Amino acid sequence: MTSFSRLFAVMKKELRQLQRDRITFAMIVGIPVGQILMFGYAIDTDVRHLKAAVANQAESHLSRQFVAELGASQVLDLRYHVATPGELEQLLRAGQVSVGVHIPPDFDRRSTDPRRAAAHLLVDGTDPTILGVATRLTNMPLGFDLTDRQSPIRNLEVRAYYNPERRSAVNIVPGLIGVILTLTMMLFTAVAIVREREQGNLELLINTPISTAQLMVGKVVPYIAIGLVQLALIVGVSKLLFSIPIRGTLLELYVAASFFIAANLALGLFISTVAKTQFQAMQVTFFLLLPSILLSGFMFPFDGMPLFAQYIGELLPNTHFIRLTRGIMLREASLLELRQELLVLAVFAAVALTGAILRFSRRLD
Amino acid sequence: MSAAPELAIRARGLSKHFGDLAAVDEVDLDVPRAQIYGFLGPNGSGKSTTIRLLCGLLTPTKGSARVLGLDVPADATELKPRIGYMTQKFSLYADLTVYENLEFIADIYAYSRSGRRARIDELLEWYDLTGQRDQFAGTMSGGQRQRLALAAAVLHKPELLLLDEPTSAVDPKSRRDFWAKLFELADSGTTILVSTHYMDEAERCHRLAILDHGRKVADGAPAELQASTGMSVIEVRASDPFAAQTALARLPEVVSVTQLGIRLRVLVPARISDPLQLINDKLGRVRLPAEAELVPASLEDVFVAVTQKDSPVGQVLQ
Repeated sequence: MTSFSRLFAVMKKELRQLQRDRITFAMIVGIPVGQILMFGYAIDTDVRHLKAAVANQAESHLSRQFVAELGASQVLDLRYHVATPGELEQLLRAGQVSVGVHIPPDFDRRSTDPRRAAAHLLVDGTDPTILGVATRLTNMPLGFDLTDRQSPIRNLEVRAYYNPERRSAVNIVPGLIGVILTLTMMLFTAVAIVREREQGNLELLINTPISTAQLMVGKVVPYIAIGLVQLALIVGVSKLLFSIPIRGTLLELYVAASFFIAANLALGLFISTVAKTQFQAMQVTFFLLLPSILLSGFMFPFDGMPLFAQYIGELLPNTHFIRLTRGIMLREASLLELRQELLVLAVFAAVALTGAILRFSRRLD
Repeated sequence: MSAAPELAIRARGLSKHFGDLAAVDEVDLDVPRAQIYGFLGPNGSGKSTTIRLLCGLLTPTKGSARVLGLDVPADATELKPRIGYMTQKFSLYADLTVYENLEFIADIYAYSRSGRRARIDELLEWYDLTGQRDQFAGTMSGGQRQRLALAAAVLHKPELLLLDEPTSAVDPKSRRDFWAKLFELADSGTTILVSTHYMDEAERCHRLAILDHGRKVADGAPAELQASTGMSVIEVRASDPFAAQTALARLPEVVSVTQLGIRLRVLVPARISDPLQLINDKLGRVRLPAEAELVPASLEDVFVAVTQKDSPVGQVLQ
């Protein structure tokens, strides 16, 4: 009972302090809601309304219908109608459009020939995102050719289904949960021990009978609850505003998030035992945050990354959490199927917490 | 478990080096139980480091210490529930109230819910903090904070209390009240080790160790130390104290001349048979009107005598 009383004392103290730190308290709500709104809308506009110009040299009924469909997809914002592919190139070079649609004079005949592309897309290939979006446009029912200005003409296969714009936003929000939780959770505990050391509280604490494990666990547990509140906020906002589906069960999502939150908090505590000042702790946190965004599969497809980057990615809790959230939310996968990722997160949490406890010195020298 | 029940602390050759600096250098200590034992010394004399060594917060470079019959730092875990420690810097939580701070400490020392409440109320009453019960510790005055820190340190009724310059940021009235509390604690059987750089506080201790540059240069009861300085103390009242000080400091026999207002305190080794004559002769020669009289040594004189560089007095006292 003694150990629970001490654990509970630390938890109660942490929550009291947190509640009085108004800015931090506001950030518990502010960071997830603010970030999901910013990212959610930013990603939405990225995919839709790309400025585009059309050079329709066929002027047939079919070609006009095709142009109308392109416009209706909302992916392209057809701003200019020009006569020749040369004018398209001029607009591209001037940066006035990101995509040029060239419909050759023999469009009608080409569209019936499965071996040939019916139209060309001229794309500003300097931005891979635009290129990616344009590539998805090639899945429209009429086949056409994608021309990257920097690369030779490629023929693309025709696909039967049509859903170019939705995917990326739906894919990114589950990943965003991981990024937001990584930032807030790691930062909370990264400064936890350092702050007590800087303010002199630690010298008093290590002179009491409280054990290192009680202190560490007592500091982690309240933030798990806070992390789950943040998850609820993110899920609520993304469902409400972005209609992000949760195809698996909410319970499984929460279980997965609990493991992930624990891993990040433990990692933060470990940072806290390494850093000498709160500023150092924050620097180390951001050092880990950037790869958690770039190498976790959040920004770029994981399998497409160089092998070396993939190895680094595997060492980040966010990589495993993103697999879990995408699996649960989008593919309706069960935790049983994803147990390996869950196990990795559990190992992360255990190793980081043990490391923090071992590294924490109850002496001043 | 307690090998020497009459001694709360016994240290032999206790040393702590930080790089080339010997912060604590071969210190021997014998602190009897239920007494107030003082560490007197200027900043950087090793008072805080010694206290931290005795708590088990620092590992000694050399030497050993037994505190309440336990070896430190080896048995520090067993020792912690039995000692109370008040850090030099306020180390409770500024963003918690007085009551919340004490509640936190009580929980850590595993007080039962009912016992906890009674004990905290008792302490609030005792340390005159009832009115500040729900005030944030960070908004309190120096004296209130120090009373809170002491209340937190004694909450679990420790056998030994280590106080690191507890009155350094406190007004004289609060200092007096604070010392009254310390005597009450000592009377009830608590051993108190307190560091200070105030002479008047040092004089109140039952026993005292004077530290200088990490070394213990003298120890004993204040009266004992005053009686055995090995110095004659002459108080000189001169109309021009500065000129008198300059003249007297030139005498090879004089160990030190300290000005206190218009008075000078002159230390001369006890082996000089007629120190008053020596001083009066010198002042007569330089034609400075002054009155000189032999006075008993104060603790400050002891401090000056034992911290004089290359003075043999320090050894005499030990």
